Amino acid sequence: MNIVVCIKQVPDTNEVRIDPVRGTLIREGVPTIMNPDDKAGLEAALRLKDEMGAKVSVISMGPMQADLVLREALAMGADEAYLVTDRAFGGADTWATSCTLAAAISKMDYDLIITGRQAIDGDTAQVGPEIAEHLQIPNISYAEAVRVEGDEVVVKRQYEDRYHTVRAKMPALLTALSELNDPRYMTPGGIFDAFREKTVTIWTRADVPVDDGNIGLNGSPTRVFRSFPKTVKAPGMKIEEGVDESVQFVMDKLREKYIL
Amino acid sequence: MDFTLSKEHAMAQQLFRDFAHREVEPLAQEVDEFHRFPRETVDKMARCGMLGIPFAKEYGGQGCDTLAYVLAVEEMAKVCGTTSVILSAHTSLGAGAIDRFGTADQKKKYLTPLATGEKLGAFALTEPEAGTDAAGQQTKAVLDGDEWVINGSKIFITNAGEADIYVVFAMTDKAQGTRGISAFIVEKGTPGFEFGLPEKKMGIRGSSTRELIFIDCRIPKENLLGREGKGFGVAMGTLDGGRIGIAAQALGLAEGALDKAVAYVKERKQFGRPIAKFQNTQFQLADMKCEIEATRWMVYHAAATKDAGQPYTVEAALAKLKAANVASDVTRRAVQLLGGYGYIQEYDVERMMRDAKITEIYEGTSEVQRMVISGALLK
Repeated sequence: MNIVVCIKQVPDTNEVRIDPVRGTLIREGVPTIMNPDDKAGLEAALRLKDEMGAKVSVISMGPMQADLVLREALAMGADEAYLVTDRAFGGADTWATSCTLAAAISKMDYDLIITGRQAIDGDTAQVGPEIAEHLQIPNISYAEAVRVEGDEVVVKRQYEDRYHTVRAKMPALLTALSELNDPRYMTPGGIFDAFREKTVTIWTRADVPVDDGNIGLNGSPTRVFRSFPKTVKAPGMKIEEGVDESVQFVMDKLREKYIL
Repeated sequence: MDFTLSKEHAMAQQLFRDFAHREVEPLAQEVDEFHRFPRETVDKMARCGMLGIPFAKEYGGQGCDTLAYVLAVEEMAKVCGTTSVILSAHTSLGAGAIDRFGTADQKKKYLTPLATGEKLGAFALTEPEAGTDAAGQQTKAVLDGDEWVINGSKIFITNAGEADIYVVFAMTDKAQGTRGISAFIVEKGTPGFEFGLPEKKMGIRGSSTRELIFIDCRIPKENLLGREGKGFGVAMGTLDGGRIGIAAQALGLAEGALDKAVAYVKERKQFGRPIAKFQNTQFQLADMKCEIEATRWMVYHAAATKDAGQPYTVEAALAKLKAANVASDVTRRAVQLLGGYGYIQEYDVERMMRDAKITEIYEGTSEVQRMVISGALLK
């Protein structure tokens, strides 16, 4: 089985601050990490590899520095790594990103494609499902548990208040939640091998079969109208009554807002 | 000359830092308070390959180097002295002796399970009458047919009772002094091999420190490590490597204490402002940092010298002497900066100060390091 995992290098948002004037993330000097949902997706792929044997390839679109996050994936146990990088791909929105990644993945062998649900720096949750659309394969989002049965992938799909168990014939794409698993640590030897023994294959514009109109800033239909920090919500309400009265008050409020 | 870590070393350092923060730090107070050996941490280190960092892949190791191993000990020591010494005694001493002096068969049989972390290692040289003066060994080994018969005892042995494989030194010819010492590999569970009660220590309290007792303990003839009568060289050669590990531990303890001190002085207010605003605090922190950075490069240099395949006895002694001194000094200053809180368990630095002291004593006291260094100068 061939599994392709899409991973993104993102700023560690625990460390990130918002530019109060421009409303954008201040990325300078902020450490980068593997996007947590993607890391869970990679772990899911590696577990399938451990259980039933598979070749796990990782792919990322980004600047050359994204090499590091691919080396990290290799150090965790991925077999191959691909970096899609070119100035022509810069400034891409989710449409252009998914067009580019889908075109790159179309060059690879895949039975299962795993992406994270969303990246912590953009939070769109669009790229994964869009890749599935471009490749015309089934997509199952919000995977909380994954198993493979024959030529089908079976996924426990998370909703706000319930789960669905969904089955799809492979090749298929699923988007992983960070709750899916607890990703393994790299090993020291894996790290050394990732830098000394393994290579990250670089794919530039010429290597990716995608239309010029669907890449980079010019191929991106999305225009950011304005970005701004999230406004602080109203402070909570303190109820200083007895237990019974407090419970009644809370129940009334929940009914009032149609939560119950 | 390039004073930057390679990309692989930098990523390994990040791995060890994450592991220490997530798996080791949360247990540090508890293992100290209850003198509890953190077996679960050892198991996790094993699963992550951290018990075989510098050893060849051929023998189940990670195929990395001494510098990577030093980074691991350093990061563990920043948050937990106990965990760092378990790692160091296992890697540098128990497994390290077999790696350097073992035959191919011995490495296959004993180094492989140590490097994969399936088993834990220890090293037993010290006796009641033989510490710095290794020639005072009373433990004896006599060849009887195809077996060595060991009688005697060892004290203050790190990982004792918890480890599975022990490198043990014994006199095979008392009349020869240091030339009558031989090294052996002894497995836990061998009849005639028992453990004394755990020692109650000032620091590194979660690590196991016990006596090894040998009463007519019979081991196979082929478990002689190195040649007969060459045990002193095995001990000294292994301890050279061990000293780099302890130097890394001392460096980490100092860094951990400085981290705590920096965080505290920004929060703690006296006379209406954070104590970080007072020049005494600033100068203390500057001096602590200066000593730590000097130490760091001595420790990394000793590791790099070993990795380059060059003699490193003096470099290891220099690093250990300096690092142990700095660990004791910086942790003591950290306690002082935290004042009353520094003396309280919850704030960690009192534990770091207690843990730091041993780095001036074990694997060659600071006085022994001075002997090694001055000996090379006056040669």
